Amino acid sequence: MSAAYTPDEMMTIAAARRLRDGAVCFVGIGLPSAACNLARLTHAPNLVLIYESGTVGTRPSALPLSIGDGELAETARSVIPLPEIFTHYLQRGRVDVGFLGAAQVDRVGGLNSTVIGPYDAPTVRLPGAGGAPEIASQAREVFVVMKQSARTFVERLDFRTSAGRPRALITDLGVMEPVDDTGELVLTQRYAGVTVEQVRAACGWPLRVAEAVREVPPPTDEELRVLRDLQARTKAAHATRVTITLPR
Amino acid sequence: MTARHRPLRDAIATHVHDGMTVALEGFTHLIPFAAGHEIIRQRRRGLTLVRMTPDLVYDQMIGMGCATALAFSWGGNPGVGSLHRLRDAIEHQWPHPLAIDEHSHAGMAARYAAGAAGLPFAMLRGYAGTDLAAANAAQVRSVTCPFTGEVLAALPALTPDVTILHAQEADAEGNVLLRGIVGASREAAMAARTVVVTVERVVDRLDAPMNAFVIPAWQVAAVCEVPGGAYPSYALGHYPRDNAFYQAWDAIARDRGSFTAWMERHVLGTADHAGFLRSVGAAA
Repeated sequence: MSAAYTPDEMMTIAAARRLRDGAVCFVGIGLPSAACNLARLTHAPNLVLIYESGTVGTRPSALPLSIGDGELAETARSVIPLPEIFTHYLQRGRVDVGFLGAAQVDRVGGLNSTVIGPYDAPTVRLPGAGGAPEIASQAREVFVVMKQSARTFVERLDFRTSAGRPRALITDLGVMEPVDDTGELVLTQRYAGVTVEQVRAACGWPLRVAEAVREVPPPTDEELRVLRDLQARTKAAHATRVTITLPR
Repeated sequence: MTARHRPLRDAIATHVHDGMTVALEGFTHLIPFAAGHEIIRQRRRGLTLVRMTPDLVYDQMIGMGCATALAFSWGGNPGVGSLHRLRDAIEHQWPHPLAIDEHSHAGMAARYAAGAAGLPFAMLRGYAGTDLAAANAAQVRSVTCPFTGEVLAALPALTPDVTILHAQEADAEGNVLLRGIVGASREAAMAARTVVVTVERVVDRLDAPMNAFVIPAWQVAAVCEVPGGAYPSYALGHYPRDNAFYQAWDAIARDRGSFTAWMERHVLGTADHAGFLRSVGAAA
């Protein structure tokens, strides 16, 4: 029997379970980074994590706040110039899995992290593309992790930052996957205690639902313990102020 | 010491002028904050700023009115949220309009590499299936491979008038050693007409492994010793990233008034970077 857990924890754990041991994974910051490191600390100890800052085979003990925290460099197998991450590793086809998030997603998994509103006069200017467009098109398979709401799971993207076609979209309610050549995402899995109607209500397009929607097994005690320990270490690491000793 | 070893104030006064294209590089690590602050103190205007991740340093320079254009690929406060001053400039033209030249990381990296190689444009397998090319049609085009017929993205090379880096060490000649995450610093430096570097310390001789990332002295116009010069980003081996400050910046920069007051007190109100570090409580 599992302890009580939050929808966010279930989402991170469901995402982590998708990663097979030994895969080479290009990691985005935030939820993807939490999921990938949870996988590495549980069932996939040989997962190779690559961050776009240039760290290859990194094993952080706490999650980085930025994509280039010192912890990533100090625990990496190698640190290389950033252009080579995108050319020698990603473009050359050496990345198995890309893990992405965004502000908006559409029914084929297209992602917007650029603007809300028109590009030339945005109501909200978002951070932009970063590594996402090339990760989405050049990793062998792509997973998207996003909290679900009808406002962010949209009929029409305000801007297409990355082309779609992920292998799966993992939300805080369940999992959507393409089931045919159209690439349309279909609800195939839901979490315990979540109804199909809840998932539909939190989706801005008329969501297709698989004939048999599987219930995802709840987090194990081990998964929850490792995730919570990781997040506690992270919180402590990010709260430390820095003091520099200036020469006299 | 040589003539290229000089105070940061003199180096900025000599090499950075209104209207120039300037790249302050360093990917999360070794961001040249001290140099950015000195540009703000010297009230440069009309700069075209180039940087993959604008980060807090360009949020500050844009909010203080130094820039009229920005080339970039990811403009957020990493792990925290928005760069509020960048957003205000784009959404509300405050303090004045900001033209943007927007790319992906792969695109910006390729543009620096093309500039460093003396080529007119970069090519990569990228931008396909996105709205980025249509949104930036003047800067994102395509080229067809003469051997395979594959259509690739083509982007103009980046050749900054000045690239400014922060590094751990320089030696007595002015050779500069960077260690840790280097981002696209090497490419940005080799693409530039002029390179200015701030360093944690100047040593007699660099103790650098044979394949280390060393920028030769004859490529460097000015070397300025500025301990803590990357703060609140970090310098591996010297001090860590002040993640608590990056989180605190969100509230400071959210409001025009609190931003301006903070900049006047801690940047314009201090004479140099040591003064800034003491003012924000980051140095004893």
